[in-house]
Amino acid sequence: MATEAATDYTLNELMTVLAAREIKDGDVVFVGIGLPNLACNLARNTHAPNMCLIYESGAVGAVPDRVPPSIGDPALVTGSLMVASMQDVFQAMLQNGKIQVGFLGGAQIDRYANINTTVVGPYGSPKVRLPGSGGACEIAIHAQRVLLVCKLDRRTFPDKVDFITSPGSYARGKSRAQWGLPGRGPVKCITNMGVLEPEGENGELVLTAIYPGVKIDQVKAAVGWPLQAKEPLGSVDLPTAAEIRLLREKLDPKRLHIK
Amino acid sequence: MKNKVVSMKEAVAGLVQDGDTVVIEGFTHLICFAAGHEIIRQGRKNLTLARLTPDLIYDQMIAAGAAKKLIFSWAGNPGVGSLHAFRRAVESKPPRLAVEEYSHFGMVARFSAGCANVPFWVMRNYKGSDIPEANPLIRSVKCPYTGEELATVPALHPDVTIVHAQRADKSGNTQVWGLLGVQKEAAFASKKVMVVVEELVDESLIRSDPNRTLIPGFQVDAVVVEPWGAHPSFAQGYYDRDNDFYVNWDKIAREEAGLKRYLDDFVYGVKDRKQYMAKQPGLAERLRAKSMVCSGVNYGY
Repeated sequence: MATEAATDYTLNELMTVLAAREIKDGDVVFVGIGLPNLACNLARNTHAPNMCLIYESGAVGAVPDRVPPSIGDPALVTGSLMVASMQDVFQAMLQNGKIQVGFLGGAQIDRYANINTTVVGPYGSPKVRLPGSGGACEIAIHAQRVLLVCKLDRRTFPDKVDFITSPGSYARGKSRAQWGLPGRGPVKCITNMGVLEPEGENGELVLTAIYPGVKIDQVKAAVGWPLQAKEPLGSVDLPTAAEIRLLREKLDPKRLHIK
Repeated sequence: MKNKVVSMKEAVAGLVQDGDTVVIEGFTHLICFAAGHEIIRQGRKNLTLARLTPDLIYDQMIAAGAAKKLIFSWAGNPGVGSLHAFRRAVESKPPRLAVEEYSHFGMVARFSAGCANVPFWVMRNYKGSDIPEANPLIRSVKCPYTGEELATVPALHPDVTIVHAQRADKSGNTQVWGLLGVQKEAAFASKKVMVVVEELVDESLIRSDPNRTLIPGFQVDAVVVEPWGAHPSFAQGYYDRDNDFYVNWDKIAREEAGLKRYLDDFVYGVKDRKQYMAKQPGLAERLRAKSMVCSGVNYGY
């Protein structure tokens, strides 16, 4: 029953389910809002009951009973295990290597999974001023595994980002190892067409799995660099009926994110 | 104990001067909109506004012409999108607002250095990022013990920090619960501190639960009692985040005229928080927190 395949699911639901499965039981996960938040709650309600959700606002072990509209919501505090100061969150927890998984997204993600959430265009005279780093830069540096969840299109996935807010696998001319970054960096980029993963010395993103009905050429057309596809190309385990039921009935009943 | 209770008008007039570096802290929680509005009403100019997330309050202060510079780490409308007044100011050619930008950890570190009274703070951060290139105040230092290169940010010493809190006594012993942000560090880094509370309580209540105290009275210059002063932000145990307002702000602020209308109605058009609340019937009922009181602890010995 639990492994029975879902007969219908949306792309957002598929992305959420795939992201959830990346979380291991016992992981301490630094999470934002939106799909990653939902993915964490799905993981906690399925295979990872002992995962610990941390928000940069300081809520540790949060068990929100509503989909939080912002990373600082009173529902993250009620029933949580701890409320930490932000100094403790960034120093004692993140910099001290206690965070296994960090979820990130961005306005631009490039070939080496560098992320831009700062500006489109030149920094001094931006075409579009984006919000900036928030905690993303240090999460990208310190989380042991970084998961990216983002929809593919050419504007979002250029060959080179306009500004590196958060370093990926290879940034400013050096690999993570050469920079001495403590975390492993991006391990998977879960998109609406398939899954990209870093490969080779410099961690260039390549297509490793594709969703049913999607053609490789479609994915290639949606990124700004000559995308390599791994051979043989993998597929993904599709959502189960139980996972979709949980998402729709319990975790996001108002369909704020799974639309 | 000294009575530091004053009105919002008196507190802002006495503590916030033109050209000051002003911090209204509170990470999503306990953001003192009431103080921001009073600063706008009193026509303060050329302020350097610092906080991690400028949020709607600094968007309003930027739109009102109070700011010359912003020091920050994430300038968006949380969960909604853009801060439009901020974007208009920064995207105009030439920009109308100077920016000094960090990541959250960098801002936390600036307050940490400020409150520890050391000139800078060290972090393992920013390698591979373009942020230091955009902000030359982010530098590095070689560890004298290991030789490791570490990132540094300078101490931040605001002229005045404004902290919203659930309760304080009249001498400023301030208790906070729920999300703590960097309120304590900001208060101790600051030359002057204004505390704005939902409730003024007796010193004996503070003493009954001393672990709840975030800022001791000796660090506080003025106490203002302003219920609902953090709306549309929230106060745990008092009222919920007004998410509808955050969503509506996107429409209000998208055009300069809409934002000006908002300021005319809800900032210039009222003389204090009481009038602000009276203008919005039903608001308190919609957002008032349900009761979830903890069981307490034994301080006996």
